Amino acid sequence: MQRLDGDQALVDLGGVRKPVSLALVPEAREGDYVIVHVGFAIGLLDAEEAQRTLALFAEMAAQQAAGGEAAPAATDPVASAALR
Amino acid sequence: MKYIDEFRDGALARGIAARIADEVREGRRYSFMEFCGGHTHAIARYGIRELLPDGVRMIHGPGCPVCVLPIGRIDQVIGLALGRGAIVCTYGDTMRVPASPRPGPDGQAGRGEGLSLIKAKALGADIRMVYSAADALTVARQNPDREVVFFAIGFETTTPPTALVIRQAHAEGLRNFSVLCCHVLTPSAITHILESAEVRQYGTVPIDGFIGPAHVSIVIGSQPYVHFAEEYRKPVVIAGFEPLDVMQAILMLVRQVNDGRAEVENEFTRAVSPEGNVAAQRLVASVFELRERFEWRGLGEVPYSALKIRPEYGEFDAERRFGLHYRGVPDHKQCECGAILRGVKQPTDCKLFGTVCTPDNPMGSCMVSSEGACAAHYSYGRFKDVPVVAVQG
Amino acid sequence: MAKKDYIRPIDFRHGRVDMNHGAGGRAGAQLIDELFARAFDNDALRQGNDGALLDVPAGHRLVMATDGHVISPLFFPGGDIGCLSVHGTVNDVAMMGARPLYLAASFILEEGFPLADLQRIVESMARASREAGVPVVTGDTKVVEQGKGDGVFICTTGIGALPAGRRIGGALARPGDVLLLSGSIGGHGVAVLSQRESLGFEAAVRSDTAALHGLVAALLAAVPEGAVHTLRDPTRGGLATTLNEIAAQAGVGMRLQERAIPVRPEVQGACELLGIDPLYVANEGKLVAAVAPAHADAALAALRAHPLGRDAACIGTVVDDPHRFVQMTTAFGGQRVVDWLTGEPLPRIC
Repeated sequence: MQRLDGDQALVDLGGVRKPVSLALVPEAREGDYVIVHVGFAIGLLDAEEAQRTLALFAEMAAQQAAGGEAAPAATDPVASAALR
Repeated sequence: MKYIDEFRDGALARGIAARIADEVREGRRYSFMEFCGGHTHAIARYGIRELLPDGVRMIHGPGCPVCVLPIGRIDQVIGLALGRGAIVCTYGDTMRVPASPRPGPDGQAGRGEGLSLIKAKALGADIRMVYSAADALTVARQNPDREVVFFAIGFETTTPPTALVIRQAHAEGLRNFSVLCCHVLTPSAITHILESAEVRQYGTVPIDGFIGPAHVSIVIGSQPYVHFAEEYRKPVVIAGFEPLDVMQAILMLVRQVNDGRAEVENEFTRAVSPEGNVAAQRLVASVFELRERFEWRGLGEVPYSALKIRPEYGEFDAERRFGLHYRGVPDHKQCECGAILRGVKQPTDCKLFGTVCTPDNPMGSCMVSSEGACAAHYSYGRFKDVPVVAVQG
Repeated sequence: MAKKDYIRPIDFRHGRVDMNHGAGGRAGAQLIDELFARAFDNDALRQGNDGALLDVPAGHRLVMATDGHVISPLFFPGGDIGCLSVHGTVNDVAMMGARPLYLAASFILEEGFPLADLQRIVESMARASREAGVPVVTGDTKVVEQGKGDGVFICTTGIGALPAGRRIGGALARPGDVLLLSGSIGGHGVAVLSQRESLGFEAAVRSDTAALHGLVAALLAAVPEGAVHTLRDPTRGGLATTLNEIAAQAGVGMRLQERAIPVRPEVQGACELLGIDPLYVANEGKLVAAVAPAHADAALAALRAHPLGRDAACIGTVVDDPHRFVQMTTAFGGQRVVDWLTGEPLPRIC
């Protein structure tokens, strides 16, 4: 996410960039991940919590006694500052 | 796509599905209502049903703001465009909602085929699809000689943007812009379902728990759901809108039911906090206030379930500006949208489903919006209705 | 003193289409001469007749296809209405298994349309036609009043030669056939949407518009005659619509693997932001083929060996299904029906 003028910012999703309004999430900073809805950012995405949730899923999957479930898919380390 | 792809991982999905299958109790049925168009869509698009064990049933609740729009409101919008010559700006999903036939020349009720916004457009109405409330403001600025009305629908997620544009219009002193406010509130809808006549009559709408909406909860927080959990003894798990979020939430609900708990749990911790987006809430409170009552399609009149514009911003209230009166219009007699929205019936229980009522020719709003229970079932789940079809993996 | 026989050349830089150009008089003739004939230049056009006299190779049957192009905006990343109109019709002919031979082009011009834009479009068409080796041998221009057109509409008709004995068509897909897709989907639709103002995003996505007859020829040459049952290019309505059309024509069902369907990350991102499904987004340089299973490997290899088919993939199979459902196993592991598109692919709200 990059700031533009005033309330506007540019968000990036997988290489696609779109201007959205930050009026509802004034505390957002460049590099933050935001959740976008109808052209407005409505909330910040907490990266730490996201990782925690993913780890929880992986744990759920790994606990499966019937076994054979592979480790969770590695996240792409070179993913751009994509956001939602 | 970071923070999206990881939440759609198929291998993890199978793992969680296996856990759900492990933990459901033998012979017990679990019915969970998801109350968010995004969830209905995720379940359909990713085919989550197939990954759930037989004992778990998902019910689509009235989480689709288009689906709960009553005919009378669409009529008002068509009236503004065709009758008053206003430019109407609307989100795309509303374009095909079926409404009343065109009124006669002296205003009496029309006869014949019902109109929709897209049909009214073909008759010459200036109706424009927008992706954002801000676009409607742009249209107003570009057309200072015309009245521009923004058809504002949606739950608590879409309301803050509308509040922002009204404030903006006020600040700019725009003279030709107004909003037809049909914003509705999530907690009221849930209460209404839990208090509905069927529940009291049969004691059974067998809803064992709720999957709390994703986007709405970002705005209102997890706190407002505590009331349901306590008052009605129903577990609520707030879930993100990716398919793994939904699976995980279902697992958490199964556990609560098994344990006899009725708590509010938050699966969507990466975006939802207990208090929500306070800035957005304050903004909304400054522009809107509660309506005493509001008609929801299929649910009838629900008290304190919707918003109207405060008198301070009265000049931007289309109802005031154009002197509009609301006239309720009953649905098609055989349309079961109401029962389906309340989770009491399935799309396949409706006589019109798949025959007269299809996505191309919708009779009721459950079929119009891609998040409506009927549309979702028609597009994604219809093949399951046919006993002969064996699905190969 | 004025030069004898001097005709002032058309001012393409500043001029605009006006009603004179469509009146059938000198102005129209001059436009045809200085723009269209000059750009398309071939024997048939040089004859200057109402129609073109053409040779058809012996032992072949004729295939004809036609397309109207009303795209807006006229210029988009990767192409324009001009080259699109050539590729579209060449492809329709090629999807029958025929070799495209000739094109006809008819233009409906709106009064006021800048001649500079028209020149750009016509030159793009001419280039596409030359590269494809399919000349525009006859054409027509009409002008409508301002407000009655959208700049320019182009209608192209193509004729091709089908070798005797070859039959390729939607109704011929049969259970057991392997479904091949020549490359990633959704690029054209996203490239066009990215130009429309109200969406305002900059995507690094270009339209995939291309003439596919070379790819088709390579495919057909690599397998025995009769191995390829169906060919179709998934344009308006996307891959989902095309597969449903074939299923309906042939009275079969299909089973797809979502994981196997190539979608570029930028297209995925754009669709995510807009709330639309890449399966329903238009393509202008891709094809779908239903191939007899014994020859599927050779067919896939032939596609991949060609520059326009590098990302070709096997995406599923044709099955017996009286209900003609196109079903898909999602990357997530579930099952869904991939149905016909209803209305415009409007994005969700909520």
